[in-house]
Amino acid sequence: MHKTISQINERIRDGSARVVTAEEMPAIVSELGEQGALKEVDVVTTGTFGAMCSSGAFFNFGHAEPPIRMERIWLNNVEAYGGLAAVDTYIGATQQSDTREDEYGGAHVLEDLVAGKSVELRASSRGTDCYPRRTITTELLLENLNQAIMCNPRNAYQRYNAATNTTDRTLHTYMGTLLPGCGNVSYSGAGLLNPISNDPHLRLIGSGVPIFLCGAQGMVIGEGTQHSPAGGFGTLMVTGDLKHMSQEYMRAATMTGYGVTLYVGLGIPLPVLDIDVVRATAVRNEDISVDILDYAVPSRNRPVIRKVNYAELRSGSIELNGEEVKTSSLSSFRKARQVAEELKGWVEQGKMQLALPTRPIDAKNVSRPMHQSTQGPRVLDIMDRQVVSIHEDEEIKTAAKKLLKGETNHLPVINGTGVLVGIVTTFDISKAVANPGKAHLVKDIMKTKVITAKPEEAVDIAVQKLEQYNISALPVVDADHRVLGILTAMNLGKLFGGRWLK
Amino acid sequence: MKLLVNFSRGKGRKPIIAQVVRDTGVLINVERAVIDSSEGEALIDVPDDQCKLVSDTMISLGARVHILEHSVSLDESECVDCGACISICPREVFSFDPEWKLSLDEKRCVLCGKCVDACPSHALTTPV
Ligand code: SF4
Ligand code: SF4
Repeated sequence: MHKTISQINERIRDGSARVVTAEEMPAIVSELGEQGALKEVDVVTTGTFGAMCSSGAFFNFGHAEPPIRMERIWLNNVEAYGGLAAVDTYIGATQQSDTREDEYGGAHVLEDLVAGKSVELRASSRGTDCYPRRTITTELLLENLNQAIMCNPRNAYQRYNAATNTTDRTLHTYMGTLLPGCGNVSYSGAGLLNPISNDPHLRLIGSGVPIFLCGAQGMVIGEGTQHSPAGGFGTLMVTGDLKHMSQEYMRAATMTGYGVTLYVGLGIPLPVLDIDVVRATAVRNEDISVDILDYAVPSRNRPVIRKVNYAELRSGSIELNGEEVKTSSLSSFRKARQVAEELKGWVEQGKMQLALPTRPIDAKNVSRPMHQSTQGPRVLDIMDRQVVSIHEDEEIKTAAKKLLKGETNHLPVINGTGVLVGIVTTFDISKAVANPGKAHLVKDIMKTKVITAKPEEAVDIAVQKLEQYNISALPVVDADHRVLGILTAMNLGKLFGGRWLK
Repeated sequence: MKLLVNFSRGKGRKPIIAQVVRDTGVLINVERAVIDSSEGEALIDVPDDQCKLVSDTMISLGARVHILEHSVSLDESECVDCGACISICPREVFSFDPEWKLSLDEKRCVLCGKCVDACPSHALTTPV
């Protein structure tokens, strides 16, 4: 048996369509069987509500008198793109305010407009013969804009890897706060309610398909940026009219230490055409697995700590290296449910009819990493190779002399086999001299917890370490922990006139 | 009721909490304390009816006392029920109800402040 999209739409029009959410579907299929479910259910609604950074909106302001060709544009001090026609712009959700930093950004401008608040437009221009005006400042409400069209290049991630942190300090990431020592696991995604997880081969989701977007009726444009469905990480580009959106389904947010983002509520109704749709929409949280990645490693390739499924993540805790670790989500399951329920209501009441893609989305695409034609500087390119180190059994006095002679404030400390065992600074020595006590040898006063760099490491990673630990030098060591050099703020200063330091 | 007590330390100063326990006979539950060589801050929990007695005695011994009418508080209109705060809180103040709505057990809060930063929606505040 199969149904056509027009049969389903006819039922929607006469109010007889049976609509269920993707959360209800697994139980229906196990009760009625696949054939029974196909006969019974016409539409399955999905929903997700999570932080989607790749979001924003196009605006058209209409012309001022005298007219202006806007080149630089700010909305409530958040810069918007000025590279479009005279009074068009695009504001991105993650752009931060020039004055309030991560307290306020593009996402907040969008939410304020939707909430009916007025927003200050400020723009400047060189002035041209046809557009003589050079500046403008005006207060605008959403209703004053000709168009306000949300257009999100990458939404509705099929699933998202979970995050933990093996370092000894708290990390602030786009996956939220990650406590030290794998103190928690943070994840995102609606699991069994996620649109693409209910249509992994992208048979039903494609260009032109109607969707729920932040409370408005929107549409799928096509594949999203970084769309990588071959590995289970499909994304969608979507659009909808901001003027019909509701604050209930879009929220500006700030990830501490990371920046501004927008919580987007998105849902897609899926027509139950055949047995394959029934099978796909019967997906359970147990069937969707993700990796837990270690965010301690500041690299594109983060190590996988273990594999988990959404059912385990949703349970509130999982086992990690023999310990029970609390899990929590950044996206809201309650809101995702609300999206799927609201969408269900729309279809039941005939407010939304379904459509098949006018153009399919590639279900086999793999997103590639960046092609880099040049490498950034590495630690070994700029480190000081003339490093003076000291033996742990030397006297403090000897260390003081070495520091005086050299240009450095840091002495790496090595043991008999040449391995780095500590570090002493001018400050440690002054302290030891000012408070003479039992300490005579370098090993009595050295710091044994040394933050180091590797020669092949990118300079940016080393700079991040200097800032995080608030230190001014990093001994550079090889795989056996032998000192090859030292990287100091001074070396960095030489690099492009100090551009590497904030 | 919870009290936030700030006191200075130094030569000749008596251990203030111990002294108040001895003088008033009230059992004080210390929930959190940060003490260094010159000053200290402690969050204590005392029975409501003895709150004034403890507070007055502490003030007479030179401490500054802040009565905390409420602990962590949630602005429901801002909260999106993501649950990011759940795994951050060391005291299990937060949990989901069966409808996946966030629920709070404020009494357990020791005002460490961790959840305030972790909440993406600025929905949580602490009184200090
Ligand atoms: S302040 Fe600390 S103890 Fe209180 S709720 Fe927040 S995280 Fe938990
Ligand atoms: S982190 Fe904030 S928004 Fe999320 S559930 Fe907790 S209080 Fe609500």
